[in-house]
Amino acid sequence: MTTNALTSKSSTSGRAGDKIFSGAALGAGVLILITLFAVAVFLLIQALPTFLADPADISGGAGFFSYIAPIIVGTVVAAAIALLIATPVGLGVALFISHLAPRRIAGPLGYVIDLLAAIPSVIYGAWGYMVLAPALVPGYDWLATNLGFIPIFEGPASQTGKTMLTAGIVLAVMVLPIITSLSREIFLQTPKLHEEAALALGATRWEMITTAVLPFARPGIISATMLGLGRALGETMAVALVLSTGNLIPSLIKSGNQTIAAEIALNFPEAFGLRLAELIAAGLVLFLITLVVNMIARAIIARHKEFSGAN
Amino acid sequence: MSAMTTSERSNTTTQPTPPSRKRNSLAKGKLPKWAIPAIAGGSIILGAAGSTLTGFHVASFAIYSAVIFLIAASVATTVVEGKRRGKNATWTYLIYASFILALIPLASVLYTVLEKGLPGMNMHFLFSSMNGVTGAVDNQTVENGTPVLGGAYHALMGTLLITLWATVISVPVGMLTAIYLVEYGKNGPLARAITFFVDVMTGIPSIVAGLFAAAFFGLILGPNSRMGIVAAVALSVLMIPTVVRSTEEMLKIVPNELREASYALGVRRWRTILKVVIPTAISGIASGVTLAIARVIGETAPILVTAGIASNINLNVFANWMSTLPTFIYYQIMTPTSPTNVDPSIQRAWAAALLLILMVMALNLAARLIAKLFAPKKGR
Repeated sequence: MTTNALTSKSSTSGRAGDKIFSGAALGAGVLILITLFAVAVFLLIQALPTFLADPADISGGAGFFSYIAPIIVGTVVAAAIALLIATPVGLGVALFISHLAPRRIAGPLGYVIDLLAAIPSVIYGAWGYMVLAPALVPGYDWLATNLGFIPIFEGPASQTGKTMLTAGIVLAVMVLPIITSLSREIFLQTPKLHEEAALALGATRWEMITTAVLPFARPGIISATMLGLGRALGETMAVALVLSTGNLIPSLIKSGNQTIAAEIALNFPEAFGLRLAELIAAGLVLFLITLVVNMIARAIIARHKEFSGAN
Repeated sequence: MSAMTTSERSNTTTQPTPPSRKRNSLAKGKLPKWAIPAIAGGSIILGAAGSTLTGFHVASFAIYSAVIFLIAASVATTVVEGKRRGKNATWTYLIYASFILALIPLASVLYTVLEKGLPGMNMHFLFSSMNGVTGAVDNQTVENGTPVLGGAYHALMGTLLITLWATVISVPVGMLTAIYLVEYGKNGPLARAITFFVDVMTGIPSIVAGLFAAAFFGLILGPNSRMGIVAAVALSVLMIPTVVRSTEEMLKIVPNELREASYALGVRRWRTILKVVIPTAISGIASGVTLAIARVIGETAPILVTAGIASNINLNVFANWMSTLPTFIYYQIMTPTSPTNVDPSIQRAWAAALLLILMVMALNLAARLIAKLFAPKKGR
């Protein structure tokens, strides 16, 4: 009888436990979906006054679009510079770790590159502000005198070095570990048989990389670059600290230009009323841009996953 | 390779090929072993010479040497070993160069933080706040040459408290979500939607997460409600996806036999998960959580828009503005305490940067140690 009572008690409490636990797990999952939805909704509600206000009241006095357009361009330009530098270097580093370095030191080298990802962004910003920007001034002077006829290198160069190009370089350093670690993973997944077949046919190591590794890894490289782009678009502190902001100008080596994230960080602490709504609207725009970029990247990875397992 | 060359030779001796046939590239000559080091040495000398012509500078010296070496070594390999080998050599050197290029900023950042941070790192800095430290105080410090006053105790406490609260929010939510995905959701539409949006959430810019928390609490508590807990919520938005991903990966590698053995003993599902599945995966989960903490502890932008800035010690996350190490660094650099004498502020900023980097590195190390020490015993 005692055993009976015990079992019945344990089974009822067990059933309730099961219900509670699975309910909690489901609730947590749904909470995440709600949060993401809420991010969009709350930003939209708080940003609404911007779209309803008289265009003359918006900063710049010509409506929200002409306020946001130049800083969207600035954001894209900064991210583009970062990717132009970080993609080739990042892929090179990934290839070095996966295919060129001796196996014994390849692992530790991977950690070293991951260390780059661990350094907080504000420290990169401080480094860019105090070390990199002054160090680049002679280079900018050289660019302005020798390549000044190209609009993006139009002089006179900034004498503090706090320019769009510096911001782009700092962003490149921050994006590099993302591109490296993702593409390294994919390079290592290349079927060994493909590589050995290429080498057996007499290919040099570089030919093996171009014929076996790179075609296999192409979707992975694209998505790694897109994820890097997402990070570069949304990175705030590096730009806020490094860039001496101003209006949109074509020259990358003069003070000027602005990105969405830095615009928010620099102005939010003092903002209230309509200005606050404006900045939140800018945040919403940034959210949508990065959302699209990340969704494309994830979709490519997801599609690639179905094929990579078969090998 | 040499084996192939000999077989090639033996082939030609037994079966003479027509003389018009091109020579196989495998049988071509090779650069002697000393050639590449010699070219490297030569290009360093030439690089130094070229750099001195335009006023010596380490950067131009390195660039000139690298370019000269790349061209000379590629041309030499191409001439002696053939076009394909030449191309191989060029790309190999380019890949080496990209690796060295990637190490430069890392070394420079670490060196700068150590060099500029160590002088300001002392007991006074660690255990006092910025309360009462004004521009006048800094001016006097510079004029009299006395040690810099004011420290980052308030920011250190703010960082620890906000990160603690973010962890308290994110770990249960993240772990339960991962349990749902692996144990309950299987591959249903909801589970797939959650997986996809968790991935998307990883890419939310940190400033947007901060704006969300600010907008959310702004609607509930009225505008300009800035305090520690708002920052903790913002950080949770960034932290939850990392926790979900790492927990999910770990739960997935728990062998199904363990679950089935537990079910066979009549154990309920929730007890199986709590007593069998999670203990097996706990090392990986703990290290994933530690890495997630390391990621959010250095976030600046979300704190900037949610917790404001304070110069006094505030240990209550539910009221008043709060400072954290990243925002402390940012404001010390952007708005030095004394605009005329910025050195004390810069020194404080770098000391705080050193402190922050030490914390992040310690967390990263801890994550690796946890993963190693508490890894489940492998069966046979």
